Amino acid sequence: MRTIGFLIQKEFLQIFRNRSMLPIIFAVPVVQLIIIVHAATFEMKSIRLFVVDHDRSVLTREVCDKFRGSGFFRITGYSDLDRDGEQGMKQREADAIVVFPADFEKQVSMGRDARFQLIVNAINGSAGGLIHAYTQSVVQDMNHNLRKESGLISMETRPQQIDLTYTFWYNPELNYQTFMVPGILVILVTVISLLLSGMNIVKEKEIGTIEQVNVSPIRKYQFIAGKLIPTLLIALFELAFGLGVGKLLFDIPLEGNLLLVFFAAAVYSCVILGLGLLVSTMTGTQQQAMFVSFFFMIVFILMSGLFTAAENMPDWAQWLNHLNPVAYFIRIIRMVLLKGSGFTDIRPDLFALALLAVLSITLAVRRYRKTV
Amino acid sequence: MTAPAEAVITVKDLVKKFGSFTANDHLSFEVYRGEIFGFLGANGAGKTTAIRILCGLSVPTSGYIRVAGFDAFTEAEKIKKHIGYMSQRFSLYEDLTVFENIRLFGGIYGISRKAIRERAEELLETLQMQAVRDTLIGRLPLGWRQKLAFSVAVFHRPGIVFLDEPTGGVDPITRKQFWEMIHASAADGITVFVTTHYMDEAEYCDRISIMAEGRIIALDTPAALKKQYHASSINEVFTRIARNA
Repeated sequence: MRTIGFLIQKEFLQIFRNRSMLPIIFAVPVVQLIIIVHAATFEMKSIRLFVVDHDRSVLTREVCDKFRGSGFFRITGYSDLDRDGEQGMKQREADAIVVFPADFEKQVSMGRDARFQLIVNAINGSAGGLIHAYTQSVVQDMNHNLRKESGLISMETRPQQIDLTYTFWYNPELNYQTFMVPGILVILVTVISLLLSGMNIVKEKEIGTIEQVNVSPIRKYQFIAGKLIPTLLIALFELAFGLGVGKLLFDIPLEGNLLLVFFAAAVYSCVILGLGLLVSTMTGTQQQAMFVSFFFMIVFILMSGLFTAAENMPDWAQWLNHLNPVAYFIRIIRMVLLKGSGFTDIRPDLFALALLAVLSITLAVRRYRKTV
Repeated sequence: MTAPAEAVITVKDLVKKFGSFTANDHLSFEVYRGEIFGFLGANGAGKTTAIRILCGLSVPTSGYIRVAGFDAFTEAEKIKKHIGYMSQRFSLYEDLTVFENIRLFGGIYGISRKAIRERAEELLETLQMQAVRDTLIGRLPLGWRQKLAFSVAVFHRPGIVFLDEPTGGVDPITRKQFWEMIHASAADGITVFVTTHYMDEAEYCDRISIMAEGRIIALDTPAALKKQYHASSINEVFTRIARNA
C-alpha cells in the first residue's frame, strides 16, 4: 500500500504540473455540454418547405398557413412550376416540396377526396420520417377543420373515431436536452478516463522512465493501481463538475440518488481505465495508443444508444452491446437521473459493468510486462 | 584481490537470441563482491543486452545466471530488490523535481518517508546540490542529471549497481567526478558493474572484460591485459584485439 501511495503522489504531481491539463479538465466539460447538447438534436424546428401550387386557391393558401402556423415549417419558395420546386431541392434551399394539383380546391368543395403531394429529401432517413410525420399532423388538423366547416359532423355521418390520450413520463416536455445531458456526461467520463490512461504507460515507454520502474521490485498490481487511482479520481471530479454545469445551464432533473450515480461512474471508469491501460501496455508509441483508443471509443459510443435507440439495432449488434461498457452506463445514468431508479433497478447493468471492470483491469495487469 | 573472492554475479554460457541474431554468445564470467567490473566493447557488441538480462529487464534464451544469490530465470523480481540500475537513456522523471524523484524511487524500494528525507538531505549535501532540491530535473545540465541518476540508483543501498554507459555525452571533468562517486560507492561495499566504450575509463576498473560481436574476448585486470598485449593503455589493447578478431 505504501508503494501505491508514492506512485499516486507522483502521478498527481505530473498531471497537475502539465500546463495543458487544467484547461482540459475544466474546459472540455463546459464546451462539450454547451455545444453538443445544443447541436445534437433530433427535433426539427424549421423545415424548409417549397410550395408548388398549381391551384393558387384560397384553400391552398390556408394549407400553407397551417404549415407555417405549426411552428415546424418555414416556406422558403413558392411557385406554380414543378421544376422550380426541384431546383429548390437541388440547390439545398428546401428540405421538402409540397405540390398542390390544379383542381385541389374544386375537389374539396365538391365534397370529394383531394390529394396533394409531399416530396421529402430523405438522405437522412430519420429526418425524412419526421418531416412526413409533421406534415401528417398538419393534414389531420386540416381535415378536422374541413369537417367542422362543411357541417359534416352531424350524428349520422360522423365516422367512428378512436382517440388517444397520452402523458409523457420522466421527461414530460419531451425536452431533448434532458435526454442528452446525461449521455454527454458519460462521454466526458469516457474521454478523460480513456485518454489519460491510454496515453500514460506508453508515454513512460517513450521517454524511457519505465525502465527505472521495471528494474525495481515494484509489483505489477501496484504499478497499475498507481496509474488507475489518480485518473479515477479525476474522472469522478469531471462527472461532478459536469453535473453541476448541466444543472446550472440546462436544469437537468436529478431524480435519483447521486451517490449511486457516482458509484456506478466509479465502476464504469474502472472498465475504461483498465481498457486504456491495456491499450497502453500493448502499444509502443502514444500515437498508436491514440488510434487504438479512438477506435474503441467511437465504436462504443456510436453503439451505446447515446444518439440512437440501441433497442432498434439488429440482434447481433445488441448482442455485441453486452460487451459495451458505454451502453450500460448510459442506461444507468439516464435511469437514475431521469427516472429516479434505485439500486435494485440498475443492479443487472451495474453487475455487468463490475464484471467488465474486473476483466479489463486483470487483462491490463497481466499484459503489463516488466521484462521485454 | 587477496581475500577469497565471493562471486555476487555468476554467469555461465549466457545466450540471448533475437530471432536468428545472437546478441550474447555463450558469455561466462564472475563478478566479485566490492569490485568495479568494467564491461567494454564497441557499440552493438552486446553489452546492453547482457546488462539488461542481469537486471531482470530481459529474459535470457539459455544459460546459468545468478545475481545477488538469485536465479535470473525464476527469481528476477528478487534480484531487483538487491540491485540498482542506471540506464543508458536518462530515466528519471524530468517533470518532477530532484527531491520528488528521490522520494519516488526511495518509496518504491520501501524506504520510509522520514528516512528518505534524511538521506536525501545528506545526499544533496554531498553532491552540493541543495540549491536545486526543488528544481525540475529537466532543467538541470546533463552532467548533474547523470550524477543524480547514479545517486538514485544507489539510494536504496543495493548490493550491486549496474551502470549502462553512465558517462555518455558528459564532459571530462564531470566524468572524472562521476568516477569518484563510483569509487566511493565501491568503497562502501557496493559492487559496480559498468559498461562503457571510453577506454580511458577502463583504467579505473578493478577488472575488465572486452566484448566483440556478442562474445567476451578478453577478461582480466587492466594491468594484466596491458602486459599480455604489450600495450601501454587499454585503448591500445582494444585496438590490438579488435584487429585480431
